[in-house]
Amino acid sequence: MTEEIIIAGFGGQGVLSMGKILAYSGIMQDQEVSWMPSYGPEMRGGTANVTVIISDDRISSPVLNAFDTAIVLNQQSMDKFESLVKPGGTLVYDPNGITHHPTRKDINIYQIEGARLASEGGNPKIFNMIILGAFLKVKPIINLENLEKGLQKSLPARHHKLIPMNIEAVQTGMNNLVTINQI
Amino acid sequence: MAEVKLMKGNEVIAETAIRCGCDGYFGYPITPQSEVMETLMLRKPWEETGMVVLQAESEVAAINMVYGGASCGKKVMTSSSSPGISLKQEGITYIAGSELPCLVVDVMRGGPGLGTIQPSQSDYFQATKGGGHGDYHLIVLAPASVQEMSDFVVLGFDLAFKYRNPAMVLADGVIGQMMEKVVLPDYTPRRTEEEIEKQCGDWALTGKKNRNRHVITSLELEAPRQEVFNEKLQRKYREIEANEVRYEMINCEDAEYIFVAYGSTARICQKSIQLAREAGIKVGLLRPITLYPFPMKPISDLCGRVKGFLSVEMSAGQMVEDVRLAVEGRVKVEHYGRMGGVVPTPEEIVVALREKFSI
Repeated sequence: MTEEIIIAGFGGQGVLSMGKILAYSGIMQDQEVSWMPSYGPEMRGGTANVTVIISDDRISSPVLNAFDTAIVLNQQSMDKFESLVKPGGTLVYDPNGITHHPTRKDINIYQIEGARLASEGGNPKIFNMIILGAFLKVKPIINLENLEKGLQKSLPARHHKLIPMNIEAVQTGMNNLVTINQI
Repeated sequence: MAEVKLMKGNEVIAETAIRCGCDGYFGYPITPQSEVMETLMLRKPWEETGMVVLQAESEVAAINMVYGGASCGKKVMTSSSSPGISLKQEGITYIAGSELPCLVVDVMRGGPGLGTIQPSQSDYFQATKGGGHGDYHLIVLAPASVQEMSDFVVLGFDLAFKYRNPAMVLADGVIGQMMEKVVLPDYTPRRTEEEIEKQCGDWALTGKKNRNRHVITSLELEAPRQEVFNEKLQRKYREIEANEVRYEMINCEDAEYIFVAYGSTARICQKSIQLAREAGIKVGLLRPITLYPFPMKPISDLCGRVKGFLSVEMSAGQMVEDVRLAVEGRVKVEHYGRMGGVVPTPEEIVVALREKFSI
């Protein structure tokens, strides 16, 4: 199994930390992982993206131009990454702020209203975990037990009391996934 | 078994320095390697091992602090990125000319000038051919993973002390910024004054102690004597070339074409190999781990059974010159590269291979 993922959105949405939690969870189930962030001028402009690879085998390139899954959280990222999903691949996106919805017919497309659900839940900080839950519903590559271990590893100890809330957010994401296009 | 951690390449440089008994780090921040000093400042090793961490007023000051520490037999290092490494070149050639051990980490970014903050490999010439003035070499290690960022800090210091010569870890923005699994080395205590005396006592400035005084200098006004010194340096470099070449070969057994690539580009080429082999093109990878000394013989040995070499670098074509020197015209050698901070994709490398060798 090799899953090549791009997570892309605005800085502050928790894109990089979502990737880190995913990667650490991969380690918890003895897989190879890589996490490669954007750190260039686009980061200074407010957008952020990270390439995460989780694999049973040694990972070759940490930098990719085609992805099994794109998790897209703003319009700029949709413009950039919709076309880079491999045919037969997966696109998960939050419709909040999206003006041009994805149109490809050769990939699986899912929506998760992460921003709405997070604000309704009264805690915008769990947004990224709702998104992560939606992704794991589509691609169950990490089991919840290992996700919890991954959270323990990637969060500082003083935040460990927040782990149950994060797991709950993952469940919320899993329960609210909407299928837009299935091939 | 030691714990597997998920860390950035830059963080690993700092953490390994503390663990391998480094005495001092002197630096000045620059993207994309600022996490090296950030990590050290957060870890406060001066409270733990006594290691000094100092942000100097400039790169020039930092490398001269390294020069001073190395003169005393201390295990000292600096890190920077391309423009900062250019500023350090005067200090580095003095350190090489004084035959002192130290570690310099260069996390390359695009140039020339201030260039860009994105990954690049356009400082190959600077790193491997000297960089400053005079006939000298650094021992240059090129990590291609976060694990090697750790391993080569330890190895770099070992080689630096073995040959009394500055060593460089030559990484790029990809390897510095990415996170991967890493197993860090166990703690090695910093050497005691007695241990430094035992290891470096015949040259280091450790106090006169009723012996003839030691002089650390790169200056010799008598030309014949300076030539004798240069001949000694050159004998050292021949010894390094004979003993310290390191490289990795992947999928070369049946290969008709060979990618030569180091660092992050070597990782990207491994993906290109998968893509090319799916299309029926038999290609392998020779990854130089030491850029100086360069793996001349392994490349030369492949000439009898391959159709060509493609040197893949994030530069206008620098390492390709060393590949050509090793191949000596026996088979075709081509270069493919991106510049200015653009990272090549696995797909475009395969396209380049097809085009340049009419496959």
